[in-house]
Amino acid sequence: MNDPIIDQLRSFLKADQLLTSEEDLDVYSFDGTALLHQKPRCIALPESSAEIGRILQVANGAKVPVVTRGSGTGLAGGSVPVEGCIVLCLVRLNRILALDVKNLVMVVEPGVLTQKIADEASAAGLFYPPDPGSIKISTIGGNVANNSGGLRGLKYGVTRDYVMALEVVLADGQVLQTGSKCVKDVAGFSLRDLFIGSEGCLGVITKITLKLIPQPAAKKTMLALFDSMTAAADTVSSIIENKIIPCTLEFLDRVTVECVESHAQIGLPTDCEALLLMEVDGHPAQVAEQAEQVVQLARAGGAREVRLAESAEEALRLASARRTAFSALARLAPTVVLEDVTVPRSELARMVARIDEVGRRHGVKVGTFGHMGDGNLHPTFLCDERDQEEMQRVEQAMQEVFDFAIELGGTITGEHGVGLAKKPFLPAQLGDVGMAMLRRLKDSFDPNGILNPGKVFD
Amino acid sequence: MSDSELNLLRDLDYSVVQQCMHCGMCLPTCPTYVETLNERSSPRGRIAMMRAVADGRRELSESFAEEMYFCLGCLACQTACPAGVNYGQLFESARAEIERQQLLDSPKRRRIRRWTLGWLFAEQRRLQRVARLLRLYQRSGLERFVRSIGLLRLLPQSLRELEQLTPRISSAFTAEHHARTADPPDARYGVALVGGCVQDVAFADTNADTIYALRQNGCRVLLPSDQVCCGSLHAHNGDLESARALARRNIDAFAPENVDAIIVNAGGCGSHVKHYDHLLRDDPTYASRAKSWSEKVRDIHEFLVEIDFRAPAVGCGVGAVTYHESCHLKHGQGVSDAPRQILRAIPDVELVELAEADWCCGSAGIYNITQPEMSMRLLDRKMGNVRNTGAPVVATGNPGCVIQLQHGGHREGIDLQVVHPISLLADAYRAEEKVS
Repeated sequence: MNDPIIDQLRSFLKADQLLTSEEDLDVYSFDGTALLHQKPRCIALPESSAEIGRILQVANGAKVPVVTRGSGTGLAGGSVPVEGCIVLCLVRLNRILALDVKNLVMVVEPGVLTQKIADEASAAGLFYPPDPGSIKISTIGGNVANNSGGLRGLKYGVTRDYVMALEVVLADGQVLQTGSKCVKDVAGFSLRDLFIGSEGCLGVITKITLKLIPQPAAKKTMLALFDSMTAAADTVSSIIENKIIPCTLEFLDRVTVECVESHAQIGLPTDCEALLLMEVDGHPAQVAEQAEQVVQLARAGGAREVRLAESAEEALRLASARRTAFSALARLAPTVVLEDVTVPRSELARMVARIDEVGRRHGVKVGTFGHMGDGNLHPTFLCDERDQEEMQRVEQAMQEVFDFAIELGGTITGEHGVGLAKKPFLPAQLGDVGMAMLRRLKDSFDPNGILNPGKVFD
Repeated sequence: MSDSELNLLRDLDYSVVQQCMHCGMCLPTCPTYVETLNERSSPRGRIAMMRAVADGRRELSESFAEEMYFCLGCLACQTACPAGVNYGQLFESARAEIERQQLLDSPKRRRIRRWTLGWLFAEQRRLQRVARLLRLYQRSGLERFVRSIGLLRLLPQSLRELEQLTPRISSAFTAEHHARTADPPDARYGVALVGGCVQDVAFADTNADTIYALRQNGCRVLLPSDQVCCGSLHAHNGDLESARALARRNIDAFAPENVDAIIVNAGGCGSHVKHYDHLLRDDPTYASRAKSWSEKVRDIHEFLVEIDFRAPAVGCGVGAVTYHESCHLKHGQGVSDAPRQILRAIPDVELVELAEADWCCGSAGIYNITQPEMSMRLLDRKMGNVRNTGAPVVATGNPGCVIQLQHGGHREGIDLQVVHPISLLADAYRAEEKVS
């Protein structure tokens, strides 16, 4: 089995940087997305951006596809290999290059774990807010490429809001520097912003300059239990109407709470229809006042019970438990198909009701959780991929959920990206002009179409 | 080999394999993944490899076998897994299938396995005889002589490390200690102690301390004389048939129906014997007795906290102590807070938390012999964290960890005391007697 591409890569990569065994091809053939897998040609584990440049030159010359990935936790199939591709796995580029406290920035390589960035910032009294559910294992490169969100989007925004500059290796191996440490920088089009959320289709991000902010001095975490989903959604609306922006406003439905409690065993009540996890942070006096207001609003909104976390540890346990929601749902079914629809906050109650109705009508079990504060919902279909008839019903239900989200002025994906899983639904949202512009952009950055081809659009 | 074991991975309930939805939450908790950053050396990767076999897409290969033996079996992934994947079961089935197909077979490996699993750890009286010989070697001055003339340098590096990992044999074994003190006259509970195999001959003091602490808390302690090795070494190394035979002999020796609890003080053994019910589920004669056995088994820390143990009135004369969590105590049994509660209850113990306390120390059964390189990398990582606590004493609830950490102390040339938490508790109880 002679493969000239592998031979060329072998000429400059060490033996342990190029994996070709059948077992290795198996274990790199999927990411965190259900149902999708494809074996690659080989896996390259570069240790520098120079090596990435040489790998891309080989690939571009031979028009061989390259799929870039980090820890492989993507939820839309963005990092699932395509046939015959080189998997470019960046986990070895995992150094924090600089923590610049004078400019409040951190410079990192793409393979650094998001949690490590948060920890290092915190040790210096600073704060890196984006916290995707997979923060403990996701890499920052993957976060930037997917413009990841998380539990704090409502108040602090998403990954894009913290990326100041990027180094990117382009499809032909050239290195692009874009952005700077300056808060104000309008020199030329912002190429940097094109790469954020580009899902590995425009270039390979090799260095990232992140913005940090001062750590909030205090925070308070609360838990409210509701007997109806609508009451929870209305409470969220009234909190925001009262001009309070909590840093976290998460909700879990009954099915999800049961699964999370079964894993985490932290004493979550399993007999309520909706649970809201709320956190306010900032100046201690303001936090105390807002926490009190939130508790009152939740009670007025019909909460059966409102609890205040007694310690930082308890608050951390609650947030960590919430992060396991998606995976914990796998306790109930062999296959969990996770969606990511997002609607304007004012439409939340309608969207939640529709998800419930669609699930019932198609006889599909759905567990829903998500970031209620920013309208980002994660309806999760619990099914068995071996049951084709059931999978068809799941697909129909999904289509209806997407259609309704678009009808409400929402989006098919708030934070997971399009990848392969949402690709068929993208044209309905973007329209012909939008799709055509995406293609023109892709062609100008990657004329040979080697970077993650077939993802986002065909 | 019984028919039920043919194609162990393919015969596994498919839902066990399919439970993994490859979210990756296990990766940051897996010591071999974090050291190598290779997906194949992660729980998610290993499960994907097992699934390929279960699906019939792939035959078992030597490289598959090597990966399954590169896994520590520490079960940290099981604690981390939100989806509730039973990795321990998958891992034991994979190793058993590897042994069934003799994928890693070599005359040397066969010899070692036959000598250890099939001979040394099959009969406790045999192990005791070997231990007495070893004790003679260690105490007679012969060991010092051999070491001083550099005879060990003739051995390959791996065997030299092994020589250092050989535990000191105790001056008296468990039964002698058991006979030295008496049960309390007004006992509230009747318990039976799993004395262990290596524990019995090399850590008999820990057993003595366990017996003493139990008696101080109103327990009548039985030490069944016909007990044998619990079989965890066999099960973790793919020899499920021997593991079942040992389990049956222990159930007969203990008669679980007649005691309130069966006490284990070694994390590794406890994690295994708690699952005798699963191990013998298809055994028509033993399935129901195994079930009642499993219901009765308690780790010593867990049991003492459950019966609301008595806090000692005086200290044990130590000071700063840090606590290393045995993998099979924490991840295998979910016992994490009880040992800390016991340590905190001792008046003069200042418990200093260890960073990465539940990260494997690299002992992992016989992993430090089979995979010396990774084992030492993990030991170095552990020792770095231990050093940072500044505590001169490490408490840990598993003999394998004790040997490994003591070895770590020697390697670093530091004076580190490694003890079982129960030994500190027993010392404090003894100190009470002296005071009064």
